[in-house]
Amino acid sequence: MSNNLPLAAARVSAADQTQRAMRSVTSTLAPYAGAWTRTEAAHLLRRTMFGATKADIDHLLTLTADQAVNELLNNTAGTPLPPLNNYGTQTNPDPNVPVGTTWVNDTYPCTLNAARRKSLQAWWMSNMLAQVVSLEQKMTLFWHNHFATELNSYGDPRPGYRYLETIRTNAMGNFKTLVTAISKDPAMLLYLNGASNTKNAPDENYGRELQELFTVGKGPNSLYTQSDVEAAARVLTGYRVVNNAFTSYFDATKHDTNPKQFSAFYNNTTINNTGNGGADELDDLITMILATDECAMYLCRRLYRFFVYYDIDSTIEANIITPMAAQLRNGNYEIKPVLALLFKSEHFFDVLNQGCFIKPPIDYFAGMMRQAGVIFPDNTDLATQYYMWNYVEGYSALCAQDILNPPNVAGWPAFYQAPGYHELWINSNTLPNRTAFADQMLYTGYTRAGQKIIIDTLALTASMPTPDDPVALVDDTLALLLSLEVDQTVKDYLKSILLSGQSTNGYWTTAWSNYANSPGNTSYQNTVTSRLKPFYQYIMDLPEYQLQ
Amino acid sequence: MKRRDFIKSIPLATLPVVLSGMSIRSLASSPLLSALAASATANDHVLVIIQIVGGNDGLNTVIPLDQYSTLTAARSNILIPSSQVLPLTGVTTTGLHPAMTAMQQMYNDGYLRIVQGVGYPNPSLSHFQSTDIWITGENSGQSLSTGWMGRYLDYKYPGFPTGYPGTGMPDPLAIEIGTSLSPVFQGPATGMAMAVTDPSSIYNLANGIQSPAPATPAGTELAYIRQVSQQTNQYASVLSTAYSAGSSSTSLYPSGSKLGAALQAVARLISGGLKTKVYMVSTANDGSFDTHHAQVVNGATATGTHASLLQNLSDCIKAFHDDLRASSSADRVIGMTFSEFGRRIISNASVGTDHGAAAPLFIFGNKVLPGVLGTNPQLPASPGVDDNVPMQYDFRSVYASLLQDWFCVPKTDIDSTILLQNFQPLPLVDAEECSVGIHEIDSKAGITLISNTPNPFTTSTNITFTTAGGHTLVQVFDGAGHLLRTLVDQDMTAGDYTVSFSSENYATGAYYARFQNGVIQQVRSMVLAR
Repeated sequence: MSNNLPLAAARVSAADQTQRAMRSVTSTLAPYAGAWTRTEAAHLLRRTMFGATKADIDHLLTLTADQAVNELLNNTAGTPLPPLNNYGTQTNPDPNVPVGTTWVNDTYPCTLNAARRKSLQAWWMSNMLAQVVSLEQKMTLFWHNHFATELNSYGDPRPGYRYLETIRTNAMGNFKTLVTAISKDPAMLLYLNGASNTKNAPDENYGRELQELFTVGKGPNSLYTQSDVEAAARVLTGYRVVNNAFTSYFDATKHDTNPKQFSAFYNNTTINNTGNGGADELDDLITMILATDECAMYLCRRLYRFFVYYDIDSTIEANIITPMAAQLRNGNYEIKPVLALLFKSEHFFDVLNQGCFIKPPIDYFAGMMRQAGVIFPDNTDLATQYYMWNYVEGYSALCAQDILNPPNVAGWPAFYQAPGYHELWINSNTLPNRTAFADQMLYTGYTRAGQKIIIDTLALTASMPTPDDPVALVDDTLALLLSLEVDQTVKDYLKSILLSGQSTNGYWTTAWSNYANSPGNTSYQNTVTSRLKPFYQYIMDLPEYQLQ
Repeated sequence: MKRRDFIKSIPLATLPVVLSGMSIRSLASSPLLSALAASATANDHVLVIIQIVGGNDGLNTVIPLDQYSTLTAARSNILIPSSQVLPLTGVTTTGLHPAMTAMQQMYNDGYLRIVQGVGYPNPSLSHFQSTDIWITGENSGQSLSTGWMGRYLDYKYPGFPTGYPGTGMPDPLAIEIGTSLSPVFQGPATGMAMAVTDPSSIYNLANGIQSPAPATPAGTELAYIRQVSQQTNQYASVLSTAYSAGSSSTSLYPSGSKLGAALQAVARLISGGLKTKVYMVSTANDGSFDTHHAQVVNGATATGTHASLLQNLSDCIKAFHDDLRASSSADRVIGMTFSEFGRRIISNASVGTDHGAAAPLFIFGNKVLPGVLGTNPQLPASPGVDDNVPMQYDFRSVYASLLQDWFCVPKTDIDSTILLQNFQPLPLVDAEECSVGIHEIDSKAGITLISNTPNPFTTSTNITFTTAGGHTLVQVFDGAGHLLRTLVDQDMTAGDYTVSFSSENYATGAYYARFQNGVIQQVRSMVLAR
């Protein structure tokens, strides 16, 4: 589909040519005491969930900012029903699991891993789409990016499901608990070869990434050595995975019982603990690593780049990262208090930190579906229901964020790769794919087995406060869909789409009222949808729509 | 004088008539001028970079047959039986992994250059740091925010993206086949490449009304997205035109190979006349070379994960080269592989290998100087768990060679602007391509240029070397590749010299003295015993 939109005035403003402005954000973690309007509520929701829906914004405005953050941190959707056999057909039956029941507890060897991997990805997408007002889904994605594993690498989605649940249930709990659980997690043990790390064949893979990526990082103050990698690998010898049971266990006979000497970065610690056959050394190792100043600093930089912005200059390091890290370390690595500190701060709501975050693909696609209220098939047709979830996830994968399959153990480069960071999401491949999806969802939708996912422009418009007023409709829609102010010329142009180039607002009011009074009248419907589709398309194709 | 300075100093009167009517002031930074600067240095050479992701086990790729006793002791569970190693014409002690029959054929046909022992001092064993080092060209422990290709393209096409596409360069400067863009193309101001998955059709992006971008972080990101949007639309049509005009043969490539599909797209764009200078593809979608365990099948070491990966790589590279030859494009194209590191000399009991250091690298094409550059790695007799393959050539010497002898960049500009240090070029490409004459090629092969006595040594050893004059470098590395001392780094007159290396409080074990004099380099193994 081509965009037959006028180029309009090719305005090149002076601001467009500004060099990358030096950001000088001096706000601190002091509690936010400013205005609490749709703008701030939408900002909070966009950063902590996938897209801000009108209903969620309305809900947050019944609370104070402080209460809103508390709700996001404490609310949970509870344990989701597990992923189901959506893939079984007469020609492709699952011998162990009937259609419509879950495959996650199947203890037999299975040749249907590829179908189940798709099932697991669809299921996670569905949980994101169905999220309640809570940080838990986005925080789960944060930890997946942090403790990255690749489902296509370790292959079996049953440990994959458990890995995801381990992350979700600990997402806002205690970091020490989480990193300990991950160190024994079957998916991680398979992915980074921990399961084949034995005293006779020490494998450095997990011991290295535990330090470089999961705890102390590789910043200039992270001074662990190659011998620390080897010592950590020896501490971690002996963990094994039971095939088809998705559990791990500690085999003392595979554990290296010699003392493990660490470097000055870890205060020359020696780990030599025979408790539980040597299994207790894992706790000694995690405790030693978490005692460094750098561990909390590194984690807080990761949080900052995931929730606020990628640029951490010396002011941000001093005003934001350092006190966040102090909270994390002094608070025994409890995660929730440090998130509360950040999300309730004047820095988080600083106007300079709004609208500057390039939407990651999952935010873009899942956020669009949620904001536009796209209705997915129900579970009476599981195959099509899951297929549609996979369809949306697949577009995210096309745009370089395939959930459960990050490019490698470092997660997605947009969250760590200098100097581009978030800008790495947008290139000549991904931007056309993003835009093509938006246009498709607005115009034709996607049809499968007689069911369709599409943005219902009539319902979306009807949800606005005064849909018959074209000026208000423009303003309200922009406020919902964009996080940046646009020029009056854009607003004028959008109104002109509704008015088909006429200047009398009443034409739209009449057209909408005709439809609203006789919603079954296809002629009235067509009159408004033929204007609403290009209206929404224009907004969603704007570069501003890529930002949140 | 730099080429760019030369262009800037052309009197305006000599510029083409198309400039008449434009004010001189506007010319100072005009796109046309940068386009002219670009065309003045134009040749039609193309570089294709193949990134081998995960760290390739070089010792099981280019196999040193004269090191079998050491290899048997260090990695018997993954060692390829010598009888299965693929021989190379004219080479007696070096062969290829049995899965690499396609590249064996290329070698024997004179289309393949193997560079031994490519690495850098003080190797990082982290995937991410070492990848960063290779793509930025930084020293280990430093941090550069631009990629080496980004700096080259910025040098060659100054001012990009302002004024591009233009008459001097109507096509994308560089293309990466994939969903995202490697930092290798990060220039000082912007990314210099385009990410493409399907060059035949790129979705048209809307050009809405531009609200002023505020002077805030949000405005910065908005301006970035607008720039990508505009460039995408501008380049979409040239890509689809070239793709339609080009030819390539799907049947040459291994079916189902993502690397093969990417290289086929590149071959088609090149044959379709695209002037793009650099392409990058990766092995990432065909599996990881990070073979910590199950690198080979137990008891059948010539098969398994690594064998499949190498066969895919080898088959794809030959298919690509054959494809280019069929479309008469092969004279324009040089390919290069790289991986963030090799793997450890000693294997794991789980039939795999941990992260290592130096490894061989492949350069291929019609215009390479075929053969093996460098010697088989000199391995310590009883390698320790930390011992690594010693570096013979700095990877930036490979870059310097391609920049100088393939892209015809003056050495002084390479040193000052692109690689930021003086790295001696190596004889990799037929240097007549840039009319700089033929390199001295291994004329000293077989002659010992560096030696030490006593060896083994306890407190100190005397290192004697023979320089032909000019810049001479003598460095001492430990077994893991750490640079301990630089004993000589200066211009010298030809002759024999002796320097002393003191053991100080270094641990006993294997050490290496590396000598480099122009394109000549040799590595001497030394043993410290007490």
